[in-house]
Amino acid sequence: MRSEPVVQVQALVKRYGTKTAVDGLDLVARAGVTAVLGPNGAGKTTTVETCEGYRRPDSGTVRVLGLDPVGQSRELRPRIGVMLQSGGVYSGARADEMLRHVAKLHAHPLDVDALIERLGLGSCGRTGYRRLSGGQQQRLALAMAVVGRPELVFLDEPTAGLDPQARRATWDLVRDLRGDGVSVILTTHYMEEAEQLADDVAIIDAGRVIAQGSPEELCRGGAENTLRFTGRPGLDIGSLLKALPADCTAAELTPGAYRVVGKVDPQLLATVTSWCAQHGVMPDRISVERHTLEDVFLELTGKELRS
Amino acid sequence: MTTATGPATGTYAPKPGAAPLPRMITAQAVLETRMLLRNGEQLLLTAVIPTLLLVLFSSVDIVDTGAGKSVDFLTPGILALAVMSTAFTGQAIATGFERRYGVLKRLASSPLPRWGLMTAKTASVLVTEVLQVILLTAIALALGWSPHGNPLAVLLLLVLGTAAFSGLGLLMAGTLKAEATLAAANLVFLLLLMGGGVIVPLDKFPAGARSVLELLPVSALSDGLRAVLRHGAGLPWGDCGILAVWAVVGLAAAGKFFRWE
Repeated sequence: MRSEPVVQVQALVKRYGTKTAVDGLDLVARAGVTAVLGPNGAGKTTTVETCEGYRRPDSGTVRVLGLDPVGQSRELRPRIGVMLQSGGVYSGARADEMLRHVAKLHAHPLDVDALIERLGLGSCGRTGYRRLSGGQQQRLALAMAVVGRPELVFLDEPTAGLDPQARRATWDLVRDLRGDGVSVILTTHYMEEAEQLADDVAIIDAGRVIAQGSPEELCRGGAENTLRFTGRPGLDIGSLLKALPADCTAAELTPGAYRVVGKVDPQLLATVTSWCAQHGVMPDRISVERHTLEDVFLELTGKELRS
Repeated sequence: MTTATGPATGTYAPKPGAAPLPRMITAQAVLETRMLLRNGEQLLLTAVIPTLLLVLFSSVDIVDTGAGKSVDFLTPGILALAVMSTAFTGQAIATGFERRYGVLKRLASSPLPRWGLMTAKTASVLVTEVLQVILLTAIALALGWSPHGNPLAVLLLLVLGTAAFSGLGLLMAGTLKAEATLAAANLVFLLLLMGGGVIVPLDKFPAGARSVLELLPVSALSDGLRAVLRHGAGLPWGDCGILAVWAVVGLAAAGKFFRWE
């Protein structure tokens, strides 16, 4: 049995003046980690902020943990954790002071010292917020989102601009949250982040969800994968094609560099290598390129995701 | 509750809940007060400037304050200034920057309700004012101040003044940009310091200007405090009325126009 949706958005429309930020968006997120992926300006933040109760939909309905984020915010707020894209901390406050304060607003908060340790904020506990690095500020915002032991956490671009090490620390925490039964909705424009963390990915462009599914489903859907190998130039492509399944194509791109396009699975790999063996070819470089979410996004929108 | 992995037991296992309201509001008030007392510019406004003005103008005969000891004229005015510096100038600037830095936004998604946040802000303003009154009263007494009147009347005036200034300060903080609030709040502080009967008696101004200046909240507060503390008058109804009108108008406008982001 699939669990109840944690977030249910139906036909959401949100305009700012004449600009339509969200244009009839439908999204269902269930327990686990859902990544909302899209380029800047796609409507990710507006969608998430509507779920957090910051914005009133112009039309459409939004339910978070079964509640209306605006009308029932009093019941909802203790149950969610919010990480804003930036800010949220008194400029005169110290990192540990702010986190302890947010903890005090909750009935059963996490152990603040352990959380500070966990996120590597120990060294900046006494440092004023303004003097923290961007990465430290982001980790503090993440800590503030989880300290109240929420059921559902919204993370708006949690790793934007982080160095690889800090990004990995954030990813580890998201995995731990998921493992302990916390649902996570995160926005990102990093493909890799969605692929690494998400059970479910919703791709947003121009205020609508244009595809949704697990990273595997999205990568599989319609897309073909590529196998490349190098050998001596001038191999008999016709003979190779006869050995391959009917829907595959093969070509020698440059002398000695071969490419097979089709449904790349272990069987195909075995077929190619045994054909090479029969023809006395040593494929000295062989690689399989899986279709990535980046490719999917490009195919769906004709746009590069990274801006 | 359903989860992806069955019953949750780990460190982060959900256990949501708001803290009891009194605890949330107390925590918020303590934090706000700490932020205020830590801020150098705020301390300059709330403690250093009123103290310096009180000492300087009581000891050196710069402004003719009429008959009697000048400290008896000045102390009520300086107390009014202190209320204005905390409830209006300080609160406007702090809240303006909290809005700018997303603090108000972040707190809006916390379990603390908005009215709880406003209650905490008011408590923090009142705590600061108590500290100011203690400090300034001690200095004034050392300078030979002899207060009169009913302390309850003084208290009522201070509370009404706080309400009036808070409404105006929050109106400014919730509608202008943080930088504009910073500039405007300081400018207003300076202008009202000069023209609000704080250190310069209003009868030094031409009659036309005076009748307008008398309607300012800081003038009503200094005048009311002076009537009680200097002359031992009963409750100054006129001044209380002016302050009450400012309080109602200011708080209503702030409630209507305040933008949280």
